[in-house]
Amino acid sequence: MNDVRGIVVAHGSLASALVQEAEQISGQAGVLTAVSNRGCGREEIEERIREAAGDGPAVIFVDMPCGSCFFAAMRVARDRDAQRVVTGVNLSMLLDFVNNRSLPPADAATRAAGKGTEAIRKS
Amino acid sequence: MPIVLHRVDDRLVHGQVVIGWGRPLDIGFIALVDDAVVASDWERELYRMGVPTEIELIFAGVADAARLAGQWRADPRNGIVLTADIPTMSAFCAAAAPVERVNLGGIHHKPGRTQRLPYIYLTDEEYHLLEELAGRGTAVTAQDLPTTTPVPLADLR
Repeated sequence: MNDVRGIVVAHGSLASALVQEAEQISGQAGVLTAVSNRGCGREEIEERIREAAGDGPAVIFVDMPCGSCFFAAMRVARDRDAQRVVTGVNLSMLLDFVNNRSLPPADAATRAAGKGTEAIRKS
Repeated sequence: MPIVLHRVDDRLVHGQVVIGWGRPLDIGFIALVDDAVVASDWERELYRMGVPTEIELIFAGVADAARLAGQWRADPRNGIVLTADIPTMSAFCAAAAPVERVNLGGIHHKPGRTQRLPYIYLTDEEYHLLEELAGRGTAVTAQDLPTTTPVPLADLR
């Protein structure tokens, strides 16, 4: 199976900032693609995600578990078993994901969600 | 009047609606008026996931919305009537008159539309539909968030 692609979908410039910093830290470029919802209606966000994800295996990372980015990602992944959605994207989950892209998409999504959750701590 | 906002926004339920408007207006319910969403269990469940539990999300087709408008107006909670497009809002306003004010919150680019504001693109037909709505006594303004200045319809020409 091809390595899983990572698509980061978020409000404004958040996705591009996350992707840029994940690449900067991991040294792996071209693994993640940023999609912004800025200036988009429903159909245009979906189209941007479809274009970025293609037809292959992908995990679509979204900033919030609600809102236009989330709804669009869910519609794109709805009929594609090889594409999964993970909400609450953070840098820790992306850094783990880029090193574990050979997993099946469902496993990669589960792992990323776990790593992202583990990264949330309080003092 | 407990319907405190009639909004056209092609993203329907999203942060600007639920948080940007919902919190300052102390919203208790959102009436999402859209025939396609009403027809899909999957879409309805998806939109429910986007609304906090303290806000009731009501789904209605255009015909049902006109019938339910009186009930929504009598509701003690503040509510938003939300449509994805101008024809749906225009049909609702005609069937559930009077509607004092309509807010254009997000109508994005599609072929045939031209930019009127960064968040408002309209075809000439859509603009004329809004003029007709205004002619029936409804104030039409564009305003993405309550903290921004409303733009009158004439400025969108």
